[in-house]
Amino acid sequence: MDFTLNEQQKMLRKITREFAEEYMAPVAEESDQNSKLDEKVFQKVKDMNYFGTCIPEEYGGAGLHDDTISFSIVTEEIGRVDASWGITTGVHCSVCAYPIYKFGTEDQKQRFLIDLAKGNKVGAFCLTEANAGSDAGGVQLSAEKDGDEWILNGSKIFATNGGIAKSLLIVAKSGEKGSRKELTIFIVDADTPGYSVGVKEDKIGVRASDTSELVFQDVRVPHENILGNVGEGFRLAMKILDYGRISIAAQCVGLGQACLEASIKYANERIQFGQPIGRFQGIQWKISDMACAVESGRLLTYKAAHLCDIGMDYGLASSMAKLVASEAAMKAAHSAVQIHGGYGLMKAYAVERYFRDAKVGEIYEGTSEIQRMVIANRLLRKGANIL
Amino acid sequence: MKIFVCIKQVPGVSEVRIDPQTNSLVREGIPSITNPFDKNAIELALIIKKNHDAEVIAISMGPPQAEEVLREALAMGVDQAFLLSDRAFAGADTLATSYTLALAIKKLLKGSKDKTNYLVIVGAQAIDGDTGQVGPELAEELNIPQITYVQKFELKEGKILVERIFRTEEIVIIETRMPALISVLKEINTPRNPTMSGVVNAYKKEIKVLNAEELKPDIRKVGRHGSKTEVWKIFVPERKGDQIIFKGTNEEVVKELCKKLKNDKIL
Amino acid sequence: MGLFINDELCTGCGSCTESCPFVGIELIDNKAVITESCNFCGACLDVCPVDAILIERKEFEKEIIDLSEYRGVWVIAEHYKNIIHPVTFQLLGKGGELAKELEVNLSLVILGANFDERLEEFSLYGPDEILYIKSPILKHYYSDLYVKALTELINEKKPEVILIGATPTGRDFAPRIAKRLNAGLTADCTGLEIDQTTRNLLQTRPTFGGTLMATIRTPNSRPQMATVRPGIFISPEKSKGKTRIRKIDFNFKEKDLVTKIISVVEREKNSENLEDAEIIVSGGRGVGSKENFKIIEALAEVLGAELGGSRVTVELGWLDQDRQIGQTGKTVSPRLYIACGISGAIQHLVGIQNAEIIVAINKDRNAPIFNVAHYGIVGDLGEIVPLLTEVLKRELNQE
Repeated sequence: MDFTLNEQQKMLRKITREFAEEYMAPVAEESDQNSKLDEKVFQKVKDMNYFGTCIPEEYGGAGLHDDTISFSIVTEEIGRVDASWGITTGVHCSVCAYPIYKFGTEDQKQRFLIDLAKGNKVGAFCLTEANAGSDAGGVQLSAEKDGDEWILNGSKIFATNGGIAKSLLIVAKSGEKGSRKELTIFIVDADTPGYSVGVKEDKIGVRASDTSELVFQDVRVPHENILGNVGEGFRLAMKILDYGRISIAAQCVGLGQACLEASIKYANERIQFGQPIGRFQGIQWKISDMACAVESGRLLTYKAAHLCDIGMDYGLASSMAKLVASEAAMKAAHSAVQIHGGYGLMKAYAVERYFRDAKVGEIYEGTSEIQRMVIANRLLRKGANIL
Repeated sequence: MKIFVCIKQVPGVSEVRIDPQTNSLVREGIPSITNPFDKNAIELALIIKKNHDAEVIAISMGPPQAEEVLREALAMGVDQAFLLSDRAFAGADTLATSYTLALAIKKLLKGSKDKTNYLVIVGAQAIDGDTGQVGPELAEELNIPQITYVQKFELKEGKILVERIFRTEEIVIIETRMPALISVLKEINTPRNPTMSGVVNAYKKEIKVLNAEELKPDIRKVGRHGSKTEVWKIFVPERKGDQIIFKGTNEEVVKELCKKLKNDKIL
Repeated sequence: MGLFINDELCTGCGSCTESCPFVGIELIDNKAVITESCNFCGACLDVCPVDAILIERKEFEKEIIDLSEYRGVWVIAEHYKNIIHPVTFQLLGKGGELAKELEVNLSLVILGANFDERLEEFSLYGPDEILYIKSPILKHYYSDLYVKALTELINEKKPEVILIGATPTGRDFAPRIAKRLNAGLTADCTGLEIDQTTRNLLQTRPTFGGTLMATIRTPNSRPQMATVRPGIFISPEKSKGKTRIRKIDFNFKEKDLVTKIISVVEREKNSENLEDAEIIVSGGRGVGSKENFKIIEALAEVLGAELGGSRVTVELGWLDQDRQIGQTGKTVSPRLYIACGISGAIQHLVGIQNAEIIVAINKDRNAPIFNVAHYGIVGDLGEIVPLLTEVLKRELNQE
């Protein structure tokens, strides 16, 4: 078991870090204030192929579809500089583009995947509704068959990238089997009549990432746009989220890393009582705890990524990774602000943004509570030795 | 045509610090990077390649880990990369380095249709050695014209037109023909970032290592033996001034300050 | 020839690895091992507590040059539009000292088209001899001409030391000459000394961006060539002396030139680039008002410095955003940084930590800026700064 990265992975980390620091860092604060990603940076992200990280080259991607560790590293490095970007590309790649690559037909790949991979269109995955958060089964957006088309009616909320996406995976209720709802995933083109973007949310954190309400009024979607099969929606959604969790975890690890770096720097520079505050145990313990938590999240993320790459079941691993990494990021951000003292509250220091950005990690793509349930249920059913 | 770009792996100099307690270099955690001027050189080569039918070949002389900078060059888009590495090449000063680089270039030009249809592009200087000597010395070895400190470059119908800085206030516009060597300043362009696909493809290519056996050098001209300059001593520069607060009347303290600054050769 | 480690003595303490600037020595299995990056500088030797490291500087199979054939110190002049670059005179000053120590002649070498009338003026700066290579083509600087003419002259006259200004011109032709002669060249020197026992020139220069100094020598080749940083040495006092003037006609055809000068253009003055500025004068809250910044600007002007400010001055509208230095502004690395009325909060200090010399002027003795300033004046900047400006005006005009 080799815990070191190979040369290619090291270089990907290096160039992504350099890229993020050069282009994303200078405008991160402004983007956060304006709740909008910078357009010039958007073009550069496109040029670098970050919208196609985990898609094969033949579809316009960067070719890391079978190297999820590299995908994690790239997402980590972006998330380290700007969580909003980390979420935008992370979600676009992992729960929209990648599922089309994995589960889509060749026709769907040609029609949707290439544009997504090249960043010509942004993608989103929409499951959450007003009455369906953790209770994913509560989906009410309906899909009714009409000849060779389906008509979608309803709305989605809190869709990441929703307001800027042109290709969206929509989880809809396509039928009922007794008391159980039957769900189907549709690939919807934003230009379809009847589709509109509703309220864009004004959030506490990851403000530059677009989170919007989506409204469907008699939106007609061809049968060929169904991902997988009718009724397969729930099963596929779970698989999609398994993979998505790895990228969310990676983004949280990046954020945790940023908090750690900021804290170490400040602890070494800030002099109080005649010495750098890093000499005081209280600060030292915080830094130590932060580092252990972030590194744990990182290792769990890489393990989940690795299991995915070798074709093994990685749902449990990715759940644990997401849980640990997101909580580590939140704790790290909390400690980072505390270590910075009064300065930690000021916009002049990035840690206040890290603090606000970290919170979303514990909630979206399966709240920490849901992750705990998923993990516990698995273990209780199959025993601890599945770890 | 062929464009040879000679690049070097250097320590990230801005991170290099002296530990004030031990008076020695703090080397932990100092990343190795591609010499920044060399990135400008690669970028120029890639721009020329876009507009002309050119093959861009990156060459670096160094220990095995220098492969990293060649990978980065491949990721930016150069066509081929060669590492000149051998114990015999170690400890070289600029004289020996330029000799070795020239051998590689001559070898790669042998039997090629581009024997006189080539350019060599280098960065103006390396940020560790700061000499800026390898470029001109390499040009001399290859017996081709050199233009250094170039901030603008144009290649049209076989003619090279460049803007070279002369003194701080003047630029000279110079024309020459291939083959020639150009050394570039940072002002000449903004190097592109290697893309992810670039990186993935870079690792699919082979970086050929040319050692002494391949290059067959005159052993007296490479490495330590081929070096005429010798490092006699390395030392930490004296920290100028040690927190002196001047005392006296306004006139006195101002005079003292000027005196000290003159002494420190700042004025 | 090489660096050897006595394994039996080596205790694996690692002092050598810490002292090596080049990653040239590593600890493997608790023993020191030399790597390919070793530059034979000997720093490790000095720190080894058990003397386990040995350098053999034996030369092998080197051509034996008769070094005694080489005598004399040369300074190669640089000029443009018939104006001699100040570094030439500075080198005549230092060169004169070196020549005296070596008990040899100092020669000034000028390549040009019409300096005939000025040679007498140059002789006042102390050279024993002026070699004037004359040709109408030498009105402009041409790399290949300088290299050709100088290598021929050097081979004929065999000087032992050649000093050239480390300018874009000097650093262009010097290396090519060195290569043609297979001689050692040290770039951008800031210190020159003679080692009396060997007559070797010890050339000191900054490396790693100035963090470390290296002293170089070229014991086995002549001439010993150095390009020297302008502004380090001082031009000599003018005095009348005996100078032999020798004019050398240089036959060179324009058609043999490998490069063609198309035109020369005046450069636009670079717009304010704080990050590249050599001298910066900066103001903080202590300046008091936008009006009062005029005295800071006056000081900056006299020094030819760029103007900077701490964050508060930008927030209060006294300065433009692009002048801000510090955590949320620019990071600068000037040779001289004068902080006026700046308290020295850490957010500002991180922007100036690479400054070579920091001068602080502040009326609060306890301001943290005094902890990092090399020179400090505790006082009212409203009085000190104008006074400093005045004194500097006088001093600098005397040059």
